[in-house]
Parts: sequence; C-alpha cells; structure tokens
Amino acid sequence: MTNLLAILFDGAIYASWLFLVAAGLTIIYGVMRVLNMAHGSFYAIGAYSAASLVGWYFSGQTGNPYWSYLLLLGSALVAGTLVGVAIERGLLRFLHGKDEILMVIVTYALLLILEDVTKLVWGVDPYFANQPYRLLGQTEVGAVLRFATYDLALIVVTVAIGLTAWFVLNRTNKGRLLRAVIHDREIAVAMGVNVDAMFTVTFAIGSVLGALAGALTAPAISVTPGIGVEVIVLAFAVVVVGGLGSIGGAAAGAVLVGLARSVAVHMAPEMELFVIYGVMFLVLAFRPQGLFGQTLVRRI
Amino acid sequence: MTFQDRFKSTESALVATAVLLAAGAFVMPAWLSFLLTLAFAKALVVLGVVIQMRAGLVSFGQALFFCIGGYGVGLGAQALGISDAFLLLALGTLAAVLLALICGFLLTRYREIFFAMLTLALSMILYGVLVKSSALGSTDGFNVAPPSFLGWEPEGETRKQAVYLLTVAIAAATAVGFHRYLESGLGRVMEAIRENEIRVDYLGLSPRWLLFANYVFAAAISALGGGLTAIASGHIDPDMAFWTTSGEFVFIAILGGTGHVAAPFIGAIVFSVIRTFAIQEAPHYWQMALGIVLLGLILFLPKGLWSLIARRKLQVAK
Repeated sequence: MTNLLAILFDGAIYASWLFLVAAGLTIIYGVMRVLNMAHGSFYAIGAYSAASLVGWYFSGQTGNPYWSYLLLLGSALVAGTLVGVAIERGLLRFLHGKDEILMVIVTYALLLILEDVTKLVWGVDPYFANQPYRLLGQTEVGAVLRFATYDLALIVVTVAIGLTAWFVLNRTNKGRLLRAVIHDREIAVAMGVNVDAMFTVTFAIGSVLGALAGALTAPAISVTPGIGVEVIVLAFAVVVVGGLGSIGGAAAGAVLVGLARSVAVHMAPEMELFVIYGVMFLVLAFRPQGLFGQTLVRRI
Repeated sequence: MTFQDRFKSTESALVATAVLLAAGAFVMPAWLSFLLTLAFAKALVVLGVVIQMRAGLVSFGQALFFCIGGYGVGLGAQALGISDAFLLLALGTLAAVLLALICGFLLTRYREIFFAMLTLALSMILYGVLVKSSALGSTDGFNVAPPSFLGWEPEGETRKQAVYLLTVAIAAATAVGFHRYLESGLGRVMEAIRENEIRVDYLGLSPRWLLFANYVFAAAISALGGGLTAIASGHIDPDMAFWTTSGEFVFIAILGGTGHVAAPFIGAIVFSVIRTFAIQEAPHYWQMALGIVLLGLILFLPKGLWSLIARRKLQVAK
C-alpha cells in the first residue's frame, strides 16, 4: 500500500516535470512543424540563469527569501523570450516551410551552438541554488512517506500551466487563431492571419516554457553542462507518445511515461531508462501518430 | 566516356587510393594512422546513414548498430574467448544484421521524423540497458583485449599498423561493394523512393521491402565500423549508443554529402582532422564550430563537400 502510494506520488512528480519540459516542444511543433532539438538548450539556459540569479540573491543575505521564487520565474521569462525571439527572427524565419526532417537537423545545429554558448557564459563548473528547494521543507504523506514540498508544489504549478495553455488555446481569440494556423496554415494565411507574427510568438512561448522548466528544476539539481542534451530526448519521448503537437497528448504522454518510470524505479531500478524509451517504442509501434495525434493522409 | 568506363574508373580509383593509404602505413606517424583508422571506421557507419539518406530517411539512431558492432567484438573477446579479429568483426556484424532484421519490420513502416525518432528511441533503449548492466561495466564500459589476425599476434606498433591495414582493406572493399550497390538497380530505386514513393509502388515495386534491404545493409556496415572502432581504440562504453553519437554520424553524412560512395570517407577524414585540432586548441568552442558549420552547409552547400568535387568534374567534362 505504502509502496503503491510512493509509486503514485513519484510518478506524479516526475510526470509534472516531464510535462513542463515537453509542453514547449509540442506547442512549437504543433504550430510551426519544427521538431525543435534546441529545446534542450532552452531548458539549460533557463536552469543556468535561474541558478546564477538565485545564487546571487542569496549570497547578499538580505531580503525575504521567498522573493527567490519570483526570481526563478522572472529569469525564465526574460531568458526564454530573448533566446526564442533571437533564434526565430535571426534564423528560423528564413527556413519556414522547409522539410520537417531538415528542420530537425537545423535545430540540432542550434543545439550544438547553444551548448557551447552556455559554457561560454556560465563556465563549466556546476551551479547550486538549492535554497528555494530547502526553504519549503518536507511534507509527510500517510505517516511514512516524506516528499520535498517543492516537488509537490511543482505538480500544482504544472497543472496551472497546463490549464492556462488549454484555456488560452480553446477559450480566447488569439488561441483560436493559433488553432486555425495549426489546422491549416494556407487557409489561415488566406483569411488574413499574420502567420509570421504567430510563429515568432509561438516560438517565444515555447522557449519560455523550456526555460521555465529549467528554472524550476534548477533548485532541485546541480546545474552542469550537458543537462540539455539529456533532457531533450526525454521530451521527445513524451511528445511522441502523446502525439506530436498536442498539449493534451503531452500531458497524457507525461503521465504515462512518468508512471512507467516510477514503477520501474521502485520495482526494477535497472530498467529505469529502458522503460521510458520502451513505452515510446511500444506506442509508436501501434499508434505511430501517438495517442492523441491525427493520422495524416498520404499525398501523391 | 561511357557509363561503363566511369564505373570501372571509379572502382580502380578507390582501390588505388586504398593501396596508397596502405603503403603510407610504413611512413606516416603513428598518430596519423590511428586517426585515419578511426576516421575510416566512422566512415563505414556514416555510409550506413548515407545510403538511408539517399532513400529520404534520416536515421538519428545509427549509433545503435555502431554500438552493437563494438559490443559484439568486446563480448566475443571477453565472454566467448574469441581472439581472431575477423571472427570478432563477423560476430558483431551478424548480431547487428539479426537485430536489423527484427527492427526492420517495424521501422520500414515509418518515414520522415517518425523514422528519425524511432531509430533514436531504439538506440536510446540500448543505451539505457547498457548503462544499467553492471556485468558490462555500466557507464564505464570495458576494455577490449588486443585481437589476433588469423593466428598472427603482433605487438606494440606492429599491431597498430595491422589494425590500420585491416581497416583500410575493409573500408576499400566496402567502398567498392557499395559503389556497385549505389549504381545498381536497387541502389538507384532508393532515390526514386525518396522522390516519390507512391509512384514506385505503382511501378510494381514494394518500397517497404526495398527499404528493408537497404536498412539491413546499413546496419551491417555500421556494425562493421563499430567493431573496427572497438578493436582500434581497445575500449567500448555505452556512449557509443547515445544519441549524440548518432548526431555526429548525421553531421558527417551532411558534411560529405550523399552523392558518392567516397563522400562519407572524405567527410569523416575532414571531421576527424578538424576535431583533433579543435579539441586541442578550443575545447569549449568545438561544438559551436560544428553547429555553425552544419548550418552553413545546410544553407549554402546542401549537397556537402562532394558537390565541390562533382562540380569541378562537370566543368572539366564541358
């Protein structure tokens, strides 16, 4: 019983983290048809800027420590927007409408570049900023289990982000325009939607989400070079399981992969990584478009 | 020059280059022959990526077979006690072919990014298994004992030369074989599949089974490259299957181009030489340089380095 509860909670924590990482990736793909490998770098940039800013804040020893949470969010917002807009305006807009597979390679090149840019800016030494993580202490669940409150709060934050994304897409005019672009780009252009502007905004939102994932994870880990490269394949697994381009799919994929990993960690630790990609492989084998993806008609 | 002539002239050029390189073993410094050994081994894997690219499929998981080939050699030496290099390489290649025969059934149903993602998932599954299996050294991998060559057990520098010569010989044989393959009907139809798969279907061919064969060929040479790498470097670890390794192969494929069987070899040599110096001079900017070059290639030289050579040939012909 306790074990089951532990699996469920661990699964929920991991799933919420996965969703945070994957949401930006799936939004960008849905609108722009760009499977963005550089998303891992956005995550890393978010983590680094948050860690260095929070570290600086606490080294001053003044002020209310709870402001550091605002710093986490703010650094992700600024860093994500800057990087996202720069990349979209500076490079990707010249490549709109190219082959999807070519865009994978282009963003792979971006990933390589950004990996070294983060090393140039922040060096190769690890950053620690675990004050926000420890500040909240631990919460007891069912007398025997203890979880870091920060992790549990992360679930709430993730659900809030997911609901916001759903609300914006389905209940606001801007969101409806975005869905029109997702559904049929050409018709949307013909109807007078400024698709170029949409793309830039979408890419910025996606990169902010990536940076946010990094910033919110930074207090729980040591921020070192290479975290982006590890994260991106996990995010791929999640969005591919759920169906590329679908927010709901990303949520479902995150829950599925999160629970599967949590079961593996508790029952058979050596299967941890295997399970994540095993789930991805199984889903793709039977539903190549993912759980929530739409089947594309073959065109001659 | 007729088609027949060119066909033969390419092959003799390949063989002549190989003979020159082999003769060079006795004059070139040890670091250079080691670099070339690894570059040629890598080129074999890249050739596997290239023949799939010609069919329009980008494999972001060719490291799977690279790793299988390497571990086939390592495990064959460690667990089965085989010491002959040829047997070890055959073992790794056979393992890869068997795996490809199974995975091929599934993978040939997918195209574009789904193919890329699935191949990536497969290689990451292997990575996940290897990282967690302590019997195989987990993340550290293990060392591969120096092999013998048909009963001959050279030591020290001679052994390195032997490995180099073996690699050159295998690379040359593979290059000639795959040149014939690319010029054959089967090889040509791959380009047709890339351009329009459904029309190939209408012409009475089954793209799926053609791609299946292509995939298995690619797996075999990639494993051969992995096995040679394991023998040459004397060490294997799970990073051989990590997705960034596959990314490197894709990079070299684009660098060299897909136009000719020699392109991946040129790409691999250029890549290895630049990397050797770049890691020494600017270890922290190395990936950035790679990324910028990759972007430059995609934007300005989409057919790779080979297109520079091909263009000159065209001008000479005029």
